[in-house]
Amino acid sequence: MENLVYIALFAPFVSSMFSALFGMSPRQTFVGIVASSLLFISFAASAMLAFHVYTTGTSVHVTMMEWISAGDLTIPFGFLVDQVSVTMMTVVTLVSTVVHIYSIGYMDHDKSFNRFFSYLSAFVFSMMILVMSDNFAGLFIGWEGVGVCSWLLIGFWYHKEDVSREENPSISPSWAANEAFIMNRIADLGMLVGLFILYWNVGSLQYDVVFSALPNLSGSILNAAAVALFIGAMGKSAQFPLHTWLTDAMEGPTPVSALIHAATMVTAGVFLVIRANPLFAMTPEVSFFIAALGTFVAFFAASMALVNRDLKRIIAFSTLSQLGYMFAAAGLGAYWIALFHLAAHAFFKALLFLGAGNVMHAMHDELDIFKMGGLKKVMKWTYIYMGLASLALAGIPFFAGFFSKDAIIETAFNEGTLVLWAILVVTAGMTAFYSFRQVFLTFLGDERYKAFGIHPHEMYKFVLVAMSPLAILAMVAGFGMGSFEHFVTKLLPEYHMSEHTHHIAWILGLVVLVFAVGGIWLAYKKYAKGLKRDEKLENSFIYKLLANQYYIPQLYGEFISKPYAMLSEMMWKNVDMKIVDATVDGIAKFIYKSGDGSRKMQTGNLSNYLNWMAVGGVLLLVVAALSAMLG
Amino acid sequence: MIGLTHYLIVSALIFSIGLMGVLRRRNLLMLFFATEVMLNAVNIAFAAISHYYNDLTGQMFAFFIIAIAASEVAVGLGILIVLYKKYGSLDLDDLASMKG
Repeated sequence: MENLVYIALFAPFVSSMFSALFGMSPRQTFVGIVASSLLFISFAASAMLAFHVYTTGTSVHVTMMEWISAGDLTIPFGFLVDQVSVTMMTVVTLVSTVVHIYSIGYMDHDKSFNRFFSYLSAFVFSMMILVMSDNFAGLFIGWEGVGVCSWLLIGFWYHKEDVSREENPSISPSWAANEAFIMNRIADLGMLVGLFILYWNVGSLQYDVVFSALPNLSGSILNAAAVALFIGAMGKSAQFPLHTWLTDAMEGPTPVSALIHAATMVTAGVFLVIRANPLFAMTPEVSFFIAALGTFVAFFAASMALVNRDLKRIIAFSTLSQLGYMFAAAGLGAYWIALFHLAAHAFFKALLFLGAGNVMHAMHDELDIFKMGGLKKVMKWTYIYMGLASLALAGIPFFAGFFSKDAIIETAFNEGTLVLWAILVVTAGMTAFYSFRQVFLTFLGDERYKAFGIHPHEMYKFVLVAMSPLAILAMVAGFGMGSFEHFVTKLLPEYHMSEHTHHIAWILGLVVLVFAVGGIWLAYKKYAKGLKRDEKLENSFIYKLLANQYYIPQLYGEFISKPYAMLSEMMWKNVDMKIVDATVDGIAKFIYKSGDGSRKMQTGNLSNYLNWMAVGGVLLLVVAALSAMLG
Repeated sequence: MIGLTHYLIVSALIFSIGLMGVLRRRNLLMLFFATEVMLNAVNIAFAAISHYYNDLTGQMFAFFIIAIAASEVAVGLGILIVLYKKYGSLDLDDLASMKG
């Protein structure tokens, strides 16, 4: 079993290093094939581990080596494969394998093809470290690795110029990459503080040691640690107010978006909360805050998705919204439901993004859904895939999203938090509306793209085949809910609906379903026949507010970035130039001047040297005499 | 009665004469003589102190110094002859070729 753990973990690493060998050379298809095969090996090993953990009910714990050993601090490179991490491993490697194969087709014409695979595999490797580590320090290493890889990948097309925010809301890939990285750094500080608090009070960062020591800690320490860790999770999972990077990250190539949203990045925050569930279970106030924030973000993101015209951004907002659902579930104590929604969401969200990538590929990187329409004829399979994924996202019965999202909404009702419940139900309707608005505008109605002289074509066959596992899982993953619950609740706390909730569960489900179907129906009415733009609506205040993301990016720009830039410039001109630089330059100038002055001593005349030597001897004598007298 | 002090005073005087020679003279040959004077001043001090303490080590040192001074002069004079052949002068002011 130990070998399987190492294979699962290091196959992506080997893949990354192998691709890096060819990083500077022109496109080599075999690099993509080797990388995809290694990822598949990793997936196979993860699946075998999952089977092992499932059948035996035991976890696999390996310690590769001592990593840090200083004084009382010992942190090993240990890996823990239990019910939670093996779920994450399987989902991550499955989605990543599909994304790798997809990228062979999608990045076909890119000259940095090999480099792309190197980054992509490194991304997966970081995420594997994050989920498999048996201590918080290893988790943090993976956490940072994911951040770095996301920076590399979002800014993959770094050569694109900056443009104004009106032209492109995320300005440029390198700008978006920096934004993502800096936002994550801000949150990582919170995470680090959380780790320090835990280490300071427990003396270890191993999960088992920390969690067994929690009951001995005081409430305020627990609260502080939980809040700090959750700030870290907020950054990585793009929760309000650190959410703006997620939509701007759409500047990266589409497979990267699929990876970030489904497998390797934003789920890390949810994973952290699930992993640290003993801590959050003991801090009900923080947990409730998580649930409330999650619910708010679910609604907030869905509202922005309603009016957006960018194909990928709509999907990005939907991720944000679904992450909100996951946090709501985790905050309400239903950790296994959060994990289940995470897994189910990974499948259909990856499928949605890859479908969007197909559309982009066909439309020559056009993303405005107002310029599409009628693509069903040329892109039948993509239409089916995206339709399926949207059905799953909207929570239509018997698709994956139906089971998981319904369970979350039911949880909110069960906890008696009716406000959260109501918001989540309304959000479910909005989700259905915006996802089908996008599908209908893209694939049905009049063929608006013809006016722009675009000739769309379907994606390569092998890419479409590679996407099929995701489509199947998006359809059937929900049926595994019962056994999944049985599987993960061996580790995670169980969560049962009360008798009352159980009794009226079908009514609750029906309410959600009515909203979802209503959303789809509305989208069908408005958009399926073709695009009829409503000038009055588009110029209304609410519409503009939503389309501009509540003006939050502008607010950040005006009230954080600009003052910070001004402050930096002031510090540069006054403090750095006039104090720091001046001191260093002064020392250098003094030494240079004194050297210049004493250079005259070297006359080349031996007699002068002898005189100087005598002076030195006399000085030494004087010093010796003085020290003899004083000492 | 002539005691240790007198010898040391003589030694110091001779040493100072030698030192002045080293500092003031310009001719390399003269510098050599001055160095020899200083060495011999030290020899006097060694011999006197050795006698004063009834310890022969100091006198042995003096012999060593005489031997080393002799060999030094042998080598030094050889170098001086080469220098003179090359530059035609032993004046230090003429030999300043390494001005910084």
